[in-house]
Amino acid sequence: MNMYNNILRHLLLAVSITFLISHAAHAKTEKEQMWPVLKEIYFENKTILTDADDWLILEAPSRAEDAAIVPLTLKSLKPQTAENYIKNIHIIIDDNPEPYSANFHLNPAMEKVDLTFRMRFQQYSNVRAIVEMNDGSLHMVSRFVKASGGCSAPVQKDPEAVKSRLGKMQIRMRKPEIGHDIPAQVMISHPNYNGLQFDQETRRYIPAHYVKTMDVTYADQPLFSVDMGISFSEDPSVHFTFKPTKSGVLEATVIDSKDTHYTADKTI
Amino acid sequence: MPYLTKNSVKLLMKCCLLMLNVSAQISHADSDYEVNEVSDGIFFHQGVHEDATEANQGKIANVGFIIGNDCIAVIDTGGSYLEGKSLLAAIRKYSDLPVCYVINTHVHPDHILGNTAFKARQTTFVGSAKLPAAMAARSSFYETRFKEILGDSYGNAEFIAPTQLVSVGAPKIIDLGERKLTLIAFSTAHTDNDLVILDNNTKTIWTGDLLFVERIPALDGSINGWLNAIEELKGMDIATVIPGHGPALHQDWKAALEHEKDYFILIRQQVREIINEMGTINQATENVGVSKKNKWLMFEEYHKRNVTSAFTELEWE
Repeated sequence: MNMYNNILRHLLLAVSITFLISHAAHAKTEKEQMWPVLKEIYFENKTILTDADDWLILEAPSRAEDAAIVPLTLKSLKPQTAENYIKNIHIIIDDNPEPYSANFHLNPAMEKVDLTFRMRFQQYSNVRAIVEMNDGSLHMVSRFVKASGGCSAPVQKDPEAVKSRLGKMQIRMRKPEIGHDIPAQVMISHPNYNGLQFDQETRRYIPAHYVKTMDVTYADQPLFSVDMGISFSEDPSVHFTFKPTKSGVLEATVIDSKDTHYTADKTI
Repeated sequence: MPYLTKNSVKLLMKCCLLMLNVSAQISHADSDYEVNEVSDGIFFHQGVHEDATEANQGKIANVGFIIGNDCIAVIDTGGSYLEGKSLLAAIRKYSDLPVCYVINTHVHPDHILGNTAFKARQTTFVGSAKLPAAMAARSSFYETRFKEILGDSYGNAEFIAPTQLVSVGAPKIIDLGERKLTLIAFSTAHTDNDLVILDNNTKTIWTGDLLFVERIPALDGSINGWLNAIEELKGMDIATVIPGHGPALHQDWKAALEHEKDYFILIRQQVREIINEMGTINQATENVGVSKKNKWLMFEEYHKRNVTSAFTELEWE
């Protein structure tokens, strides 16, 4: 009888451990283990509201087609006004080596918030945008992104091509007209080494060398600037929309972690 | 849980280990690993058109071997340690000669994870001059992902970098005894480390993943470079083609290259249009190339990724 009890006990144990393991595995793919810790680190005891789903839209693919280039879009359905505007947008990718990925600083002169940029995803992860209003309140929207098939490594496809055009910048816009919304894009060719890539020839980690800030102004008035972390894809790019009220020069300045400055401009 | 005692956990672990052992032994005895002789002395195993899973043990790419008078060259080793083992067992059904070369056509795991099964003093690993760097950059990511995907069949796969390297513009010839192979490295196309192998006796070429047949090509290098590579391959004097994925071809290999070219030409043209209109990657992945949906297997799995990759390349033109 004692032996029978023992067997029964082991069986029960096996069943409950199996349940625990499968439950944990499930939790790992969907849930938020990291977030409470990250929240504590980056926002301390501040309150973050999750009440913005009807006006703040974070677009992210549910499956990362290419883990090295995951396009993210953040849109606000409310226009920016001097009285009520988004001041900062913090982008956090929970399970990346450095979760804090970007901080966009917005000037209400740029009426529309419609930003598209590209990130690396090291693995399945939540991505969240925490919007900081001019009154200091914080509002969060988030998405879960699954990593794609196995050969989609978050690494460079052609390191030599990127190196050879390092520092090349582009400002692109569609038929700019004064008084109209203009979709524009600022991009810079940069390898954005995150310090985690290993160089076989030198047997060393390639030192981190990445874009730290991008600053965009129009007619000497700031539109936005962004502090960039190592999650940004190589060749960092930001799409945005602005409405010029007079002719002027759109200027973009990029500074990387070696304190090299890159600039580009375009006259409207 | 008071009944969770140390001893019972130990016992349970033992049970689990025992079960793992049994399943590993079953999969080792892989008697149905089929290889076909496509040309005299050239054999290959055709991979299945699936993504790697625990069930298929990563056996999704074409891998095989060429037998010379003195020794054997293995061309790609498979998508898991277990596939490498199966391939070696298949070789031994045909020949006892030593394996003098393992040639990797590029860095992707479905082609290289079986390398460890061929580790031996007399075996030289050969690849593109850019393969070692690509392997180093990707190995830790691949290791994590493919241990998850493949489970036990991942085995003790190591990333073995080639020591004999082939540079673009400087083809190398290796001799297996009355049998010379020409190894040609390509500029960035499918990846930045593509290598093709031409058997001079039979004019049989292993294209690696520069050619996909039936299964949709996966772009992990350069769309412009790949289109150039297709032209180069079309100009070669070839009798038989073993693609990276899909059946070997004797006659209609040029049509297969054309089919691949059509796909990339359409993507390139439509992505360029969207870039010129200030469109985003999302707009491109939703709209580009949808008419090709029924022309390829596994379209859903790879097409959007190809468009994304093409987009970030073409916006620098």
